[in-house]
Amino acid sequence: MLKYSLRRLASAIPTLFLLITVAFFLIRIAPGGPFDSERALPPEIEANLAAKYHLDEPLVFQYARYLWQIARLDFGPSFHYRDWTVNDLILQGAPVSFTLGILALAIALVVGVLVGAWAALRQNRPGDYAVMSFAMIGISIPNFVMAPLLILLFAITLGWLPAGGWEYTPSRTVLPVVTLALPMIAYIARITRGSMIEVLHSSYIRTVRAKGMPEKEVILRHALKPALLPVISYLGPAAAAIMTGSVVVERIFTIPGIGTYFVQGALNRDYTLVMGVVILYGMLIILFNFLVDLLYAWLDPRIHYDDGEAEA
Amino acid sequence: MSESTRDAFEQALDTREIRGRSLYVDAWHRLLKNKAAVAGLVVLAIMVVLVLVGPLLSQWDHEIPDWEHYSTPPSLETGHVFGTDAIGRDLFVRTMIGGQVSLLVGLLATLVSLVIGVTYGAVAGYLGGRADNVMMRFVDAVYAMPFMFFVILLMVVFGRNIFLIFIAIGAINWLDMARIVRGQTLSLKNKDFVEAARACGATEAQIIRRHIIPNLLGVVIVYVTLTIPQVILVESFLSFLGLGVQEPLTSWGALVNEGAQELETAPWSLMFPAAFLAVTLFAFNFLGDGLRDALDPKDRL
Repeated sequence: MLKYSLRRLASAIPTLFLLITVAFFLIRIAPGGPFDSERALPPEIEANLAAKYHLDEPLVFQYARYLWQIARLDFGPSFHYRDWTVNDLILQGAPVSFTLGILALAIALVVGVLVGAWAALRQNRPGDYAVMSFAMIGISIPNFVMAPLLILLFAITLGWLPAGGWEYTPSRTVLPVVTLALPMIAYIARITRGSMIEVLHSSYIRTVRAKGMPEKEVILRHALKPALLPVISYLGPAAAAIMTGSVVVERIFTIPGIGTYFVQGALNRDYTLVMGVVILYGMLIILFNFLVDLLYAWLDPRIHYDDGEAEA
Repeated sequence: MSESTRDAFEQALDTREIRGRSLYVDAWHRLLKNKAAVAGLVVLAIMVVLVLVGPLLSQWDHEIPDWEHYSTPPSLETGHVFGTDAIGRDLFVRTMIGGQVSLLVGLLATLVSLVIGVTYGAVAGYLGGRADNVMMRFVDAVYAMPFMFFVILLMVVFGRNIFLIFIAIGAINWLDMARIVRGQTLSLKNKDFVEAARACGATEAQIIRRHIIPNLLGVVIVYVTLTIPQVILVESFLSFLGLGVQEPLTSWGALVNEGAQELETAPWSLMFPAAFLAVTLFAFNFLGDGLRDALDPKDRL
């Protein structure tokens, strides 16, 4: 397992490199620069600014300089938020985004698996149809539609919860987390239901049932674990979905997380901030996919990564 | 093999073909039995007709404001059945025009991802071996990228051009398609019925035409119906962030964005576009699920 882990982490380096390179040149060829404003700056000041941030050097030199910089985990100064470094901004925004993301993921996993398994045990009965209809609604309503609807209902009509803003309090966390979690609950419920039905039809389940094991034991001890495998492999895409979702949710609920920084940064041509967020998200996706694979191997004993190819 | 036996074989194959129900006729019958899928199909057909014909029937234009009615709620008296937006444009016409844009982007971007994905996947699967390995490692590497962020960057870089939207979205979605098609090709080319066809003397071209492509098509059709709503969603997401379609043109995402900003004073400007978007996605998803059940060859065996 250790050998596999090391190899996987090593293979992440070219991926990250590709990511950094594409993002770097993409944002640099964008028309406009970080110091453009309504009022034109005097040419000397513009030259000074460019020199201070090394923007006057050839692009390739800037690229090499940037690579060396991030090798030391220094993302540089923000071009837009003067007196802030990108590291500071990310350290300030990331905990907020992560809190929302992790809460949403945890809720989605628990609720999604429970609801999906429950529906599988009632296959083709009213309870099952009800759950699957709700899941379809959850998948079909995008989060940027769901969020305003939730605000309209709970903040404006009922007045129970604040419509936006951020503090680490339950009342301000509920709506953003629910918005993020709903589509994931729907996906996870559908996946769990499907795989649970398949597992319940397999011959070893018939065997344990024939041996007279109580139904509760059959499900908890034998059916649930293998039925979770497809859910685990969904976690990789789910993590990416949360990151994208956070851009929308943070914007609608006016939450100062990194999703907001990214969109603002891209519009302001804040080169370093955009790069910082892209790299952070890229690393998170790679890390998450890696953890998912490890978890997969742990849940499915047929998979051994160290013997070369996976057997299953 | 003598000439006469071969003739006999060919004849036998021919008659089987005439008598047998093709996979698609079969699948079509199964699809028609699935009420949810049929409902999805009907809703989509109505949606397409409505979106295309709606603006022609209305007395209003999607760009020109009605100077007498700013932000008015839906009403038959004013003739604005969905109400008007903050600068007095008719929301019914705007929702229809937005629907045209959203559906068009969905279709074209899916087409882009279809062409790239099927070609890439089929080549990788057909070549197999080392070429396949290299091609799929590349897909894995690209897969680990935070895509939405690249699309946002692309939009910022190249301006907000509607053609760029579907190329950019299509360029992301091909990855899944390539993986699915590659897996399918890989397993198909070693299947017994391909072997049997070869034993009967079918040429390589015949095998590809009669056995590989029809079997790929099922997966591809299912995947296309599931990709279109995803693409519509991505486009709406970009438009919601203000990066997609630009004024005076609009899309469902852009309309939802405008509606969300006037939530407290004009909830109807959110409700109608949001409902159209959700119903369309709903219908596509039901249809896709139904097609998957209908075309899944596992049920036939």
